[in-house]
Amino acid sequence: MRNKIIAALLLAALPVGVALAQSPQDQFKAAYEKAEATNKKAGELRNQWTVTANALKGAKAAADAGDFDKALKLANQAEALAQASIAQTEREKTLWKDAVVR
Amino acid sequence: MFRKILISVACCAIFANSALAADSINPEQDFKAFRQFFQSKFPKIKLDDFVNGPYSVDEGLHKQWLQKEEFPPYDFAVDKGKELMAKPFANGKTMADCFPNKGIGIRQDYPYFDAKEGKVITLELAVNRCLEQNGEKPYSYTGDDMASVTAYMAFTSRGKPFDIKIPNDPRALAAYEHGKQYFYQRRGQLNFSCASCHVQSPGELIRSERLAPALGILNAMPIYRSEWGGMGTISRRFTSCNSQVRGVPLKPQDAEYRDVEYYLSYMANGLPISGPGARP
Repeated sequence: MRNKIIAALLLAALPVGVALAQSPQDQFKAAYEKAEATNKKAGELRNQWTVTANALKGAKAAADAGDFDKALKLANQAEALAQASIAQTEREKTLWKDAVVR
Repeated sequence: MFRKILISVACCAIFANSALAADSINPEQDFKAFRQFFQSKFPKIKLDDFVNGPYSVDEGLHKQWLQKEEFPPYDFAVDKGKELMAKPFANGKTMADCFPNKGIGIRQDYPYFDAKEGKVITLELAVNRCLEQNGEKPYSYTGDDMASVTAYMAFTSRGKPFDIKIPNDPRALAAYEHGKQYFYQRRGQLNFSCASCHVQSPGELIRSERLAPALGILNAMPIYRSEWGGMGTISRRFTSCNSQVRGVPLKPQDAEYRDVEYYLSYMANGLPISGPGARP
């Protein structure tokens, strides 16, 4: 039983360990790719935001300059903005009708 | 008991029908409601004056506009548009040959629904198709040449009422509804729809700009905008509106833009073409 608990704890801690083991460069790369994919989905829904594109551009520029802390922060910001634009699109699929002049 | 069930079923059916009616596509009903809304909101404005945008709702701006009209800033565009309409293509034909009545006095008939293609054709799209069909390079939808040609066509159509038709074709009705939906849907980081400014807030100031009512808003297009320091097409207006609310604009003449032009132009049926216009 004890061995099982230790094994479970080790397994649970594994992703944390992997994240910690990731270099700042890798963390940025993963966050940037995720944000890009989310923003692409927003584009397919015909509602991208300019601020998302700006955040992605800033993230890339910071990474190119070797500032991966800033790059990661901006990539995460881009992800949040892209998610918000998708949420807006989903809301407005039905909500627009409430604004129609009747 | 049986009677109670019957009454309940009948009530449910009535509510279901009401919901369906609210969701059904009815351009004529929309038209009446839209007009009623603006006339109630601005009871002192004569119906035809809505085509003058912010000048119709602001006395000071109206005075400035009358002075501006003595030497209109769009005159150069009208002259250039006249030249471009008559200038022979490499094949000897002209832009005028592509349009009914050589393009004179026809602005009020655009956009229209083309049953063969199953889509809305705007004047700007028709201009570029004419160029391409004659082996010429198309104009930029947001550039000066497009603004000039459409300015000339609008100028020769002044006073003619918008006459937009929505045929009884499910595709035309879908395009109309799609345009209406785009007009009312919020977008961009600022969470604005076209209606946020031009239905909910016409006459109000947004920063230093007086917002125009949506009714008749396209009748004066294309426009010379002092803010732009030049002429602007309908495509330029729509794409810049998207950018202003921090939304990435679609491509000029994408279906959304053509359809919203169809919707707004239909709402302005009967109101006179006043383009080209001049705006702050």
